[in-house]
Amino acid sequence: MTDIEYNLESEEPELALEAEGLSVEPITQWDLFSARLRRHRLAMLSALFLALLVVLVLIAPLLPLHPPTERLLDESGRSLVNIAPRPGLWFGTDELGRDVLSRIIYGGRASLIVGLTAGILVALFGTLVGSLAGYYPGSVDQALMRFTDLWLGLPLLPVAIVVGRILPEIAFLPGWLKQGPFGIALLIGFLSWGSLARIVRAEFLSLREKEFVEAARAAGAPDRRIVFRHILPNAMSPIIVTTTLVVGSAIIIEAALSFLGFGVPPPTPTWGGMVSEGGRLAARGFWWELVFSGAALVATVLAINFFGDGLRDALDPTQTIERK
Amino acid sequence: MDEPLVRVRGLVKRFPVKGGLLQRTVAHVDAVAGVDLDIPRGQTVGLVGESGCGKTTLGRMLVRLLEPTAGTIRFDGTDVTRLAGKDLLAFRRRAQIIFQDPFGSLDPRAQVGEQIAEGLQIHGIGDRDERRQRVGEMLELVGLKRDHAGRYPHEFSGGQRQRIGIARALILRPDFVVADEPVSALDVSVQAQVLNLLRDLQSELDLTVLFVAHNLSVVEHVADTVAVMYLGRIVEITDRDTLYRRPLHPYTEALLSAIPIPDPDRPRNRRILQGEIPSPLDPPAGCHFHPRCPIAEQGRCDVDRPELLPAPGVPTHLVACHLRTDRAATV
Repeated sequence: MTDIEYNLESEEPELALEAEGLSVEPITQWDLFSARLRRHRLAMLSALFLALLVVLVLIAPLLPLHPPTERLLDESGRSLVNIAPRPGLWFGTDELGRDVLSRIIYGGRASLIVGLTAGILVALFGTLVGSLAGYYPGSVDQALMRFTDLWLGLPLLPVAIVVGRILPEIAFLPGWLKQGPFGIALLIGFLSWGSLARIVRAEFLSLREKEFVEAARAAGAPDRRIVFRHILPNAMSPIIVTTTLVVGSAIIIEAALSFLGFGVPPPTPTWGGMVSEGGRLAARGFWWELVFSGAALVATVLAINFFGDGLRDALDPTQTIERK
Repeated sequence: MDEPLVRVRGLVKRFPVKGGLLQRTVAHVDAVAGVDLDIPRGQTVGLVGESGCGKTTLGRMLVRLLEPTAGTIRFDGTDVTRLAGKDLLAFRRRAQIIFQDPFGSLDPRAQVGEQIAEGLQIHGIGDRDERRQRVGEMLELVGLKRDHAGRYPHEFSGGQRQRIGIARALILRPDFVVADEPVSALDVSVQAQVLNLLRDLQSELDLTVLFVAHNLSVVEHVADTVAVMYLGRIVEITDRDTLYRRPLHPYTEALLSAIPIPDPDRPRNRRILQGEIPSPLDPPAGCHFHPRCPIAEQGRCDVDRPELLPAPGVPTHLVACHLRTDRAATV
């Protein structure tokens, strides 16, 4: 136990402490939450990593980097193709002579946009559908769940490939939707909310029968209050965990689509596209693009999952704030 | 006294039983099969019966957590079975419930102060400071401390949690409280404390209470009137002393004989009931109790269902048993 634990036995802990010349500040929920999160070392490390990544990706144009699409030349005008990592070009260059470090940082934009957009979309839509189905049993539940089953039955990659091909042909869609990471993020999000909806529905079904929910109803609480004050907070753990898994898997799906050539079109760099290209180069002995882009992908996905774990534990008031 | 605070007439709760691949309704269960019950103002009525007899369902209907299938509940002169909207909210302020499970009845994610204050907030009573003040007073009233308001349920013991549940039910100053087996999940030593607390609060706040229990010895301490329920019906109801001294229904006798007597020398005359409580899906014909009844008469008890009638000579003692009502009549 740590210093922040209350002493349940002592009569007037504050008075006793104040008598010893110590001041007592009330502990708020936020204090407890952040204390629990800060004690989760892996989660904090992951948060640091992700924060650094976000900052790097945002300020990329200000960094002393070659533009990600520039083909580098040496002093004599020959192109610097497939250069191994060396001072100045720390991650080497690819087969077109582009700086791999710069491409990884710019590629992180696409991956983060896809992961976060898809994650937010899934969290909102899955929670909405799941809560409605779980809170209103009967025909609402039946209709929504059959719809979800249908959606879950769609094979993700093939549908994403087909829809991804059709989208650019639809004339009235804005350009940012047809090409680039947002369109892919929306596509992945819309294909992945089904499992969260099911999980949320199951949570709602069990929570709505709990006596504390009945107590709120007996006090006259309207449905809105019961859902937002009592059921949702208790269903947060699975929602957070599933959402972080979705963020990770969306990044990987985008990578897979780019790997297969259906993702964000070149020359815009993405991690998936780089892994794909790096794979071919590695077969010829040029290992660096594959290793660095793969490492960026894996580290980011892992960090998101660890951070989600820490967040879930921190949101649970029954967790002690012992160091993990 | 005039009309009782709560007057229940012909109350029925029928649940569908779903089965098969398509979850079609294959049968019905009458968890409460026609109950008449009066709860006089300021009194405590104990409701006793085995698990599954419908006592909890009855209690939940009285605070409108379950909708009755048929029958009426008159509360302070008005029928509350069809209330909705504002009228229902006004009723909820006056009728509260204390739950059985001290672990399931508190929201693990909310501070106990917030949970106790919720009723005040819903009914728009007081501002933040007034509510905090009232929560503090209520915590003290149930034997906890003011500064417990900022803690979470998992920091309390079972008995303390039950006190929190009581505080939550009483914060709105209700007239009527259903206590649904409030002590059956607690240790015996803690049971006594919580029972005493309930009894003190009942007289202090002038509450009318329906005290649901599966154990007659608990009810003996708190109830003025005791009703015994079997398979969805009340089989005997009278004032406490009469019920404990001169029970008439054979089922009540069996329940009373099951109370342990803390005296090893006293001869015990236990009447052990044969068989299980029958399935409410397919209740026995005639008197529901006849298959387990030691005195059932063939050709009568298994054919005719006895009504809840006054025992002759004692108009306040109602019992649903052919043999006991007639024998008393012939005496």
